[in-house]
Amino acid sequence: MSFASFSDIIHMGGHGFYVWLAYGVGFAILGYNLVAPKMKRNALKKRLSQQLKREKLAK
Amino acid sequence: MWSSFKRWFHQWGSPKWFYERSLVWSRWLGLIALLCIPTSIIWGLFFAPADYQQGNSFRIIYLHVPAAVLAQSCYVLMAIAGLVGLVWKMKVADVVLKSAAPIGASFCFLALFTGAVWGKPTWGTWWVWDARLTSMLILLFLYFGVIALESAIQDTITAAKAAAILCLVSVVNIPIIKYSVDVWNTLHQPATFKLTEKPAMPMEMWLPLLIMTIGIYAFFGYVLFLRSRNEIIERERRTLWVRELVERESVA
Repeated sequence: MSFASFSDIIHMGGHGFYVWLAYGVGFAILGYNLVAPKMKRNALKKRLSQQLKREKLAK
Repeated sequence: MWSSFKRWFHQWGSPKWFYERSLVWSRWLGLIALLCIPTSIIWGLFFAPADYQQGNSFRIIYLHVPAAVLAQSCYVLMAIAGLVGLVWKMKVADVVLKSAAPIGASFCFLALFTGAVWGKPTWGTWWVWDARLTSMLILLFLYFGVIALESAIQDTITAAKAAAILCLVSVVNIPIIKYSVDVWNTLHQPATFKLTEKPAMPMEMWLPLLIMTIGIYAFFGYVLFLRSRNEIIERERRTLWVRELVERESVA
């Protein structure tokens, strides 16, 4: 461990703002890339299964 | 030999085959990403020694370099997919090109953003209009161009052709980015990863960077397949196998 205490980790020797800003945006982008396709997937599934049901009723 | 190669190649023409195989690949890629990314972030953020010149701001490297490397590789992948789609009319290639664009764009943005945030304490400025930074910004706009083309053209075949041609022409930007730090005077430091030389960093700084890069590539593969499978379902929604799949999954 290259830090002595928790406040050292937050402070990062004066570079805390830059480091944590970069990592915050980094996590946000990783999260977006995971969540966006999964939400799309759910919406798609719903739409297609409704469409299938409608087609069956029409027959 | 030739016939087995031909069969292997033709498999890629089948969206159903790709869909099913990618489920298996995804599992492995997801596992690699899940192991590598947290390990390297914890290692890089808390355990790697501070840089003797840059202090702790250098820890941004563990996001910046992998994001930048990935953003460029992703564009090369899209150009290759574009070529394959144009020459062999492979549907899967079109799907991959379209699915990769938003992921590449997000990592290109991340590389630029982390670069700016790193530049402020290191160079004293968020941004300079030098060769490396400018060519990377152009890459971001090229990504936006591909995304815009794909969504502006209604017909999927025409959209795929247009996007493929844009990718093939503009992939010339990638070597410009790559060599920009060698050819022009720049604030940006030269490449971190070199195949022919030993890294300029000590091992305990360099190793987490390598692991993070592997993890980011695996993550990219994982989310690329997620998006590709969505795209395949959307495009093949009238085929029997997708109908059956939707039916199976809506029951479950």
